[in-house]
Amino acid sequence: MTTIDKTAGLPEPRSGRDGGTPLLEVRDLHVEFHTRDGVAKAVNGVNYTVDAGETLAVLGESGSGKSVTAQAIMGILDMPPGKIPQGEILFRGEDMLAMSNEERRKIRGQKIAMIFQDALSALNPVLSVGYQLGEMFRVHQGLSKKQAKAKAVELMERVRIPAAKERVNDYPHQFSGGMRQRIMIAMALALDPDLIIADEPTTALDVTVQAQVMDLLAELQQEFNMGLILITHDLGVVADVADKIAVMYAGRIVETAPVHELYKRPAHPYTRGLLDSIPRLDQKGQELYAIKGLPPNLTRIPTGCAFNPRCPKAEDICRTETPVLHQVTEQGGGEIAGRGSACHFWKETIHG
Amino acid sequence: MGRYVIRRLLQMIPVFIGSTFLIFVMVYALGDPVAALFGDKAPDPATAARIRHELYLDQPLWKQYLHYMGQIFRGDFGTAFNGQKVTELLAGAYPVTLRLTLVAVVIELLVGITLGVVSGLRRGRSVDTSVLVLTLIVISVPTFVSGYVLQFLFGVKWDLIRPTVSPDAPFSELILPGVVLALVSLAYVTRLTRTSIAENVRADYVRTAVAKGLPRRRIITRHLLRNSLIPVVTFIGTDIGALMGGAIVTEKIFNIHGVGYQIYQGILRNNAPTVVGFVTILVIVFLLANLLVDLLYAVLDPRIRYA
Repeated sequence: MTTIDKTAGLPEPRSGRDGGTPLLEVRDLHVEFHTRDGVAKAVNGVNYTVDAGETLAVLGESGSGKSVTAQAIMGILDMPPGKIPQGEILFRGEDMLAMSNEERRKIRGQKIAMIFQDALSALNPVLSVGYQLGEMFRVHQGLSKKQAKAKAVELMERVRIPAAKERVNDYPHQFSGGMRQRIMIAMALALDPDLIIADEPTTALDVTVQAQVMDLLAELQQEFNMGLILITHDLGVVADVADKIAVMYAGRIVETAPVHELYKRPAHPYTRGLLDSIPRLDQKGQELYAIKGLPPNLTRIPTGCAFNPRCPKAEDICRTETPVLHQVTEQGGGEIAGRGSACHFWKETIHG
Repeated sequence: MGRYVIRRLLQMIPVFIGSTFLIFVMVYALGDPVAALFGDKAPDPATAARIRHELYLDQPLWKQYLHYMGQIFRGDFGTAFNGQKVTELLAGAYPVTLRLTLVAVVIELLVGITLGVVSGLRRGRSVDTSVLVLTLIVISVPTFVSGYVLQFLFGVKWDLIRPTVSPDAPFSELILPGVVLALVSLAYVTRLTRTSIAENVRADYVRTAVAKGLPRRRIITRHLLRNSLIPVVTFIGTDIGALMGGAIVTEKIFNIHGVGYQIYQGILRNNAPTVVGFVTILVIVFLLANLLVDLLYAVLDPRIRYA
């Protein structure tokens, strides 16, 4: 299996690797859910790495396993019904799945933090935002109530919430959607974590606010040199912020690439389909492309390539043999750094 | 907030007038107080007429009601048939019932919420199932059964407590009656808490609290419980009124001279001034308890604002 390497041509990551160990490395992760209808295989052998200062975008439609992978990293999967039968999640070289609950709890929030999609439901409705922000300092650093509140105000200023001092005692419902998402970001930033996982941070926001929030996130990430995993289904959001992209389908990574490479020439029919279904100004009046069919039922993933029933290029081999993540090369045979495609016909897709 | 409270207090006036009038009509219209005063003997018609005149009983009912209300606002609840002032009876009985209610509510809160949280967090497991079965049994057994059985076991057979409560009714003697009084509500509190916890434990903000790396205890007490207690508080609030008036059976079993006991005696002897006086105060207690619950809502849930 492939790891995504540092992107050639982009500026060097701000601190780089720590003696060769990546900040986070997910190895052959499997997650399944035992339900009444059978075993749903949500994640089937995912591999990726994130370095300090680097942004990995995980792309995929609903049910592709992108959020479940993130929850497994965070340790907030509902277990049961969830189960991790196989795989490793290495944080600074240490397998978090082998740690005790208490060890993992200390990493959560302090070293790895998460930003959730819908800030209104993700924030506690009956506690003031100041309390919820300050709680991080009180629990992890043992600060007093008063000190914690001062820190909370500082954090709110850092994410540019106007009149932070006056609003620190307000409740989540008293803020606008964009401001609430800023509070979520502030909460994740509170203890200067090494890695932030943002699970569709802008999906619930309107387009103008989306850009503001993404810019803020990117800026803060750069300032504090954090690793960032950005989970999204929005190809537009990814292009500006991410360093590299992993495209997921039915619990597998089907393509990995540095961000601009992927847009220029996708090496997997699914990625191609995704790109073709973005509305474009120069194709005004034409029918918009859509990938036929629906994502597979995770209790009955098709044999061979999971995408084969929807793929325009599917042939017999696709229905029998599961493709591995092939190293993608130039036409002449030169390796393209960080590119992989889990398609039997990747050559035809990228060069054809 | 202040304006809201004033509005609510003003709204209480018609409710108060309506409910007391109904009680008044029921008690005075459905029996002859003068006949009751004489017990088994037939009264002399001339004497009866004189008493009727003295007690305003020869006036139309609405005039009697107005007269009664006028006296109440001057602090005069009338006189019971045995010559005792009703206000004296009230002053003797209400503190006792208040103590009993307090004991019952504390038991409900401590035991009910604890059981509810434990079973709610382990929904579908054996602890949860046994708590559910237990509460079902408790709900099904009427108070007069559980009361007499517990009184017999603890007071007579094992001789751990005094089977009846002395007139002073100190807290120490009210524990078993408090348990008996609390039992049924306790089962409801447990079930309400359980459902509420089991539902909220899947909420997004609980997941956020876990992702923040908070210890489990803090997640449960600060994040989960606070949100889950809102329906429980409503129940307890309305239950306070019910406990204060509905302690008739428990107070009878344990011979506690509280509100329920006095109302029971009053009804038995057709002692109208006592019954109406006690129930009037009960109505006020109910109304205030409801107002308190509504105000507590706003404290527990900041999304609710009264203006």
